[in-house]
Parts: sequence; structure tokens; C-alpha cells
Amino acid sequence: MDFDFSEEQQLLKDSVVRLLADRYDFESRKKHQAATEGWSLGVWRQFAEQGLLGITFAEEDGGFGGGPVETMIVMEAFGKALVIEPYLSAVVLCGGLLRNAGSDEQRRTLLPSIADGTKRLAFAHAERQAGHDLHDIAATARTEGDAFVLDGDKSLVLHGDTADAYIVSARSSGERRDRDGIGLFLVDAGAPGVSRRGYPTQDGMRAAEVSLTNVRVERMNVIGDPAGGFPMIERVAHEAIAALCAEAVGAMAEALDMTVDYLKQRKQFGTTIGSFQALQHRASDMFVALEQARSMALFATMMSSEPDAEERGKAISAAKVQIGRSGRFIGQQAVQLHGGIGMTMEYKLGHLFKRLAMIDTMFGDADHHLEAFADSDGFVGAL
Amino acid sequence: MDLRFTDEEIAFRSEVRNFLKENLPSSIREKLEDGRHPSKDDLVTWSRILNRKGWAVTHWPVEWGGTGWDPIRQMIFRDELQQAPAPEPLAFGVSMVGPVIYTFGSEEQKKRFLPRIANLDDWWCQGFSEPGAGSDLAGLKTTAKRDGEHWVINGQKTWTTLGQYADWIFVLARTDASVKKQEGISFILVDMKTPGITVRPIQTIDGGHEVNEVFFDDVRVPLENLVGEENKGWDYAKFLLGNERNGIARIGISKARLRKIRELAKLHTFGEKPLIESPRFRQKLAAVEVEVKALEMTQLRVISGERKREKGKPDPASSVLKIKGSEIQQATTELLMDVVGPYALPYEPEREDGTRWNEPSVGPDWAASIAPSYFNMRKVSIYGGSNEIQRSIIAKAILGL
Ligand SMILES: Cc1cc2nc3c(=O)[nH]c(=O)nc-3n(C[C@H](O)[C@H](O)[C@H](O)COP(=O)(O)OP(=O)(O)OC[C@H]3O[C@@H](n4cnc5c(N)ncnc54)[C@H](O)[C@@H]3O)c2cc1C
Repeated sequence: MDFDFSEEQQLLKDSVVRLLADRYDFESRKKHQAATEGWSLGVWRQFAEQGLLGITFAEEDGGFGGGPVETMIVMEAFGKALVIEPYLSAVVLCGGLLRNAGSDEQRRTLLPSIADGTKRLAFAHAERQAGHDLHDIAATARTEGDAFVLDGDKSLVLHGDTADAYIVSARSSGERRDRDGIGLFLVDAGAPGVSRRGYPTQDGMRAAEVSLTNVRVERMNVIGDPAGGFPMIERVAHEAIAALCAEAVGAMAEALDMTVDYLKQRKQFGTTIGSFQALQHRASDMFVALEQARSMALFATMMSSEPDAEERGKAISAAKVQIGRSGRFIGQQAVQLHGGIGMTMEYKLGHLFKRLAMIDTMFGDADHHLEAFADSDGFVGAL
Repeated sequence: MDLRFTDEEIAFRSEVRNFLKENLPSSIREKLEDGRHPSKDDLVTWSRILNRKGWAVTHWPVEWGGTGWDPIRQMIFRDELQQAPAPEPLAFGVSMVGPVIYTFGSEEQKKRFLPRIANLDDWWCQGFSEPGAGSDLAGLKTTAKRDGEHWVINGQKTWTTLGQYADWIFVLARTDASVKKQEGISFILVDMKTPGITVRPIQTIDGGHEVNEVFFDDVRVPLENLVGEENKGWDYAKFLLGNERNGIARIGISKARLRKIRELAKLHTFGEKPLIESPRFRQKLAAVEVEVKALEMTQLRVISGERKREKGKPDPASSVLKIKGSEIQQATTELLMDVVGPYALPYEPEREDGTRWNEPSVGPDWAASIAPSYFNMRKVSIYGGSNEIQRSIIAKAILGL
């Protein structure tokens, strides 16, 4: 049991924090957001130069051979700075799918170009009817000779408006809610039959609705077993949840820091508001909520590479519950303790609150995961 | 970073577990499983079994009987004791006055008291709180005045846990009333058989007798029973209270209770089906389990941090353990109330030795202790520095407010 970062991990952390301090104060973020893409290509290139885009890829795939801890370090720093670049979609989700399920050929050709920033993929998976259920897939993939033809509508595709290509989940067999029969297909954004509608999200990022009509996918662009993709989708969703937990911890820590600073500066009734015990205790409760969240983000990180899907799922669900609850409490109280200034678009705090609220909705909210965890035999089991 | 237990740590855990399986008397285990209290004899018996094994005072310095285990092993040991469930060594001696004596006491005191604490030859109790001095402990009024070779102690202590069995009490008393309140307090060891001491029981809301009032009426104590320096008692008390907070999360106990809750919720049916099949109940249970897991990780983080801290300096983050640990303990007893349902109602008190009246119980035989545990567990957010006091510690020591 060892909670310390290795020397390389500490260096990584320092370099990410330094980069964001230089390039990502809140005023710069506003500029990044105003760019054509809705985020900054320049920052993306810097992420590539610092090795962040390939941090978890194998060295022979153009990466650095890192693991979940490295992702956690990066995401936590991103959470603090409210980074809006497509890291989750391109690196964690699509990079993760390719890393876990791609053929040698697919990994060798695609991962290096994700790592060097030249290619950005987005994961076209969620569908309107699916709610939080990862296996609810209506999009179809029928065979046509040696190829597949995809039809269906994909929703809430993170950063899908500017992606060069998609990894699309579609059903090659079975019923809409079956776990079997789902495949993963690599589709160029410009392929005939692909259309997309981009839009901004509440947390300052971008997403798209993506439609596929008669989109032809050659055999070489099928990722893994065309009917057995679900375990990989689940696994990568778990990795993404662990990453989001770390990002949320960064955002919570920043919200608490800002709140504590504010309590020390803001004066009312002739004294700093931080001298009021009601507010001191609220801030302490926020700290407790943050520590519990941090613990569960670490737990999720540790368990995200667990091979046993059931054990992994329990841990990830438990973590998402804690993150959802702590995130809501800290986000709401941070706004409350700032008074009116916390309500303004101009000020960073409200954006932390919004990002925390959106993280809760992604890959299953706290209630969804509480239900999932409650259906399991829990951590302690029966005697 | 590697958040898994090492192979050695896992082997250590099974060594402890096996020892407990083979050596914990089943009568004691059953009492604890039932939510009843071990008797004085039970505790003495068990402490001596542990002491023979060399595990009575595991965190003490090796020269005084400690094991030299690192903080993770200490945590594993405690966790296994709590989950067995086995009684923990009597805290007032082992975790409170023992460390004060080996850190600040004289050689004489160490030789005289420490081995007897380890073997539970002396039962210690804690004489800190007074009717007028609770959270504001430094406002205490009990006095100790020098008279020749003796201190003469006058005043009243209260909430003295298990004082009815005690051979010794460690007392905070005012030895200088002319200075700032924290600077005139001394830490004195008092034999409970000394003339002038009266112990009166206080019954708690669960019907039990675990706390007492202790009155001091011209109690004469040899001067050599002062620990450390005169008027430095407040420092020793803070040291002691910091140590107290560390063990207070009681995660092992909460885990054992969750296991029991699951088991009982499967057996016990309400109407048509066992409670465990109620989604509402399962979700309440799941929510507590998530909190326990998070706290377990938090505790490991605090403990790993401890390895790098200056010895004896408690981490203010241990206040998180106190707040969450107590809330979780309370939540588990609330879940047991859900499980027992209307059979919480009959009042069938325990006797002092932890047995019940001979009459057959009204409800299921495990039901009688559930409401009392729920009532009794309200104490854990009050003592050991109330949860409000812990919030103030976090606000000041961590957040700098
Ligand atoms: C079952 C039990 C066993 C105990 N065993 C022992 C023992 O063995 N030896 C011993 O010495 N003592 C013991 N205690 C005493 C315990 O330490 C005190 O009860 C505790 O310190 C609180 O003091 P109090 O009861 O006087 O409450 P008070 O201090 O009067 O507190 C009343 C309420 O006010 C709140 N409060 C007080 N000050 C503040 C503040 N500054 N800011 C915000 N809120 C505040 C408290 O949190 C609490 O909610 C025991 C108590 C119990 C219940």
C-alpha cells in the first residue's frame, strides 16, 4: 500500500500544473472557448508536445506506457483549470477503445496520430432512448459482403462536432437491449451518409448529434468482434468514469479553495465572513466531502484496471455515487458561500459548479449507480 | 503509487484473523455480535490472551511491549479485531494514559504502570470532563493543591466511562488559578481506592450503566503521581485527545455491522418478503456502504501520511475520520432499526455482566439490543471532541479560517 507518486508521476503532475498555470487561467479559457473549434488547437498541440495525448498508450503505439494513475493526474489538473479540450473523448474514450480492443494494425496506425495531436476521434455511442444504459443500442450494422453498413442516430457525442472520425457502436445482431451483438466501427467524419449537428454544452464544451444512413464500413475498420464489443465498451466506460472522478475532484478542490479564499477576504458586518462559525462549519463539511470524493477517485483509479468486470463495476459505481454526491454538495455550497458573485457567468466559480453538475449526468448519475451498487452484494457481502 | 495491500500485508491479515479465530472465546464473540457489552471479566480475560501473544499494546514502543508494526499493520490489526468482533483493548489504559506515561512520565512511572496496563492488571478511567467543562475542557474547576508530600484534590468529574470498574483514574486538575486557563492544569494519576473518592452511576438513554460521576473530597495523592511537569497537563491532554481521534473511525465495527444487517435483512421478513428485497432498503444500505469504503480509503491515506509526519503529531485530517466514522456508526444502527421494525419496542435490559433476563424474548432473539444500540450510538458524535468541535478544528487547522 503506497499512496505516493513515483518520481515520473510527480514530474508529470508538476509539468501539467505548470502548463495550465501558463496557458489556462480563467481569462484564457474564455479565449479558447471563443475559437472556431470551441477550444484551442494551440493548447491541444501543447498537450501533444508534453506527451499528454499518448500518456496511456504503449511505447510501440507512440505512447508513454502510463496507466490509470497518469490519467488521474492529468484529469485532476484539468478539473481544476476547467479544461475544455476534447481529452476525454479523443484520448480516454477513443484512445482507450483502441488500446483495449484495436488490432495491432489499428493501434499502430491510429494511436500515434492521436498521440501527436493530428487526429481526433470521438465516441459515437449514446442514443436518445438509452438513458444511462450502455447496452441500449438501436443503431444497426448489417453485413454486405465483407463489409458492414451502419444506420442509426447517435446523441450527445462529446466533441463530435470537430472530430475527424468516430468510433460508432452499432448492433450486428440481437435485440435493442441485449448485451451481445454490439460492435465497434471506425467511421470517417466525411464518409458518405454521415451527418452531424454540433452544439455547445452547459459546461462550456461541445457535442454533436450524429446520424448515420447507409454508411459503409470495411472489415479492416471493425474494432474487435463485431458482435462482442460490449465488454470493451463497459471497460472503457469504467476507465472514463475513473477519469471523470479525478476531474471532478480537481474541480471540487478548486471550488473549495476559491470559497475558502473568499471567506477570508469578503467583509460584512465589519468582519470577514470566514469568522462566522456557520460558514466555517459549512466549509469544513465541504472539506470532508472532498476528502471522501478524493478517496473514491483513488479507489476508482485503482479498480479501473481490475479484470473482473463485476468487481470493477461495483467499485466504479460506488465511486460515481460518492463523486455525484460530494460534487453536488460542494458545487452548491461554493455558490451559496460566494453570494451573488457566485451566480455570475463572468466568474470561474459558477463554471466549476456547472461542470460538476454535468459530470454527474455522464455515464450514469449518482442515483443510477446507487441502484446498480445496491443490486450487487456490496463490498462486505454476507458472512 | 500502488493502492493494493502487499502480499506481506495480506499474509499478516490472515495471521491475525487466524489467531482471533482460535483464541477469542466464543462467549465473548457472541455477546459482541449480539450488540451486548462484554463484562469486566470478559475484557480482562481477553486482554491477557492478547498480552500473552504480545499484542495487547501493539502501537507502544517496543521496549514497553509494542510490536514495531508500521501504521498499515496497526490498522489491519485493529480492523480485524473490530470485525471478529473482539473487544478492543481498554482504551483508557492502552491508548490514552499509557502513551502519556511513556512519552512524558518518569522512569518510575513507566516501570510501575505500563506493564500493568498491558496486562489489564489496572483498570484505568478518564477523569477529564466536568459538569461545567465539556467541549471547553480547559475551563475545568477540579483543584489539586500541594500539601507536604501530597496533592489534595477537590472537585467533580463526570461522564467517567466504566469508572465503576476502575482501579486508577487520570485526572486533569487546576494547580494554578492565577494564569491563563490552559496554563494552570496538571495531569495526575489517582488510585481509586484513595479515601474521599465517591463514584455514582449515571444511566444512559439505552438503559445501560457505562458512565459515572466521580467526586473528589480532600483526596490525598502522593506528589510523585504528577505526570511530567506541573501546569503542563494541557499539553499532555491535547496529545492524548489527538491519539484518541485516530482510532475513532471504527471502520471495522461498521463493516461487521453492515454484514450483520445484510444477514438479518435476508432472514427477517416484513409481510411477504425479506427486507433485503426492498429496493428502498437496499439503496439505503448501499449508500452507507459507499461511505464506509470511502472512509476506509481516507483512513489509509491519513495513515500513510502518518509515516511521514513528525511522531506524535496527529494529522488534523483525522477530524474527518472522527466526523464520518461517527456518522457512519450511527447510520448503521439506524439501518438495524429498519431491520428490526416493530420489535424494537420491547425493553429487555441487559445485566451488568452482559447477560439478559432469563425470560424468553418478546421478539426475535437478536432484537432486544437494537434500539438500545441506536440510542447509545448518539454518543459517538458527542464524545472524543464533538463533531462540531471537529468542524472547527478543520476550519482552523486545515482551511485556515
Ligand atoms: C457516553 C459518553 C462517555 C463519555 N466518557 C467520558 C470519559 O470517560 N471521560 C471524560 O472525561 N469524558 C467523557 N465523556 C464526556 C465527553 O467528552 C463530553 O460529553 C464532550 O466533551 C462534550 O461536552 P458536553 O457534554 O459538556 O457538551 P457541551 O460542550 O456543553 O456541548 C453541547 C453542544 O454544544 C456544542 N458546542 C460546544 N462548544 C461549541 C463550539 N465552540 N462551537 C460549536 N458548537 C459547540 C457541542 O458540539 C454540543 O453539540 C463522555 C461522554 C459521553 C456522552
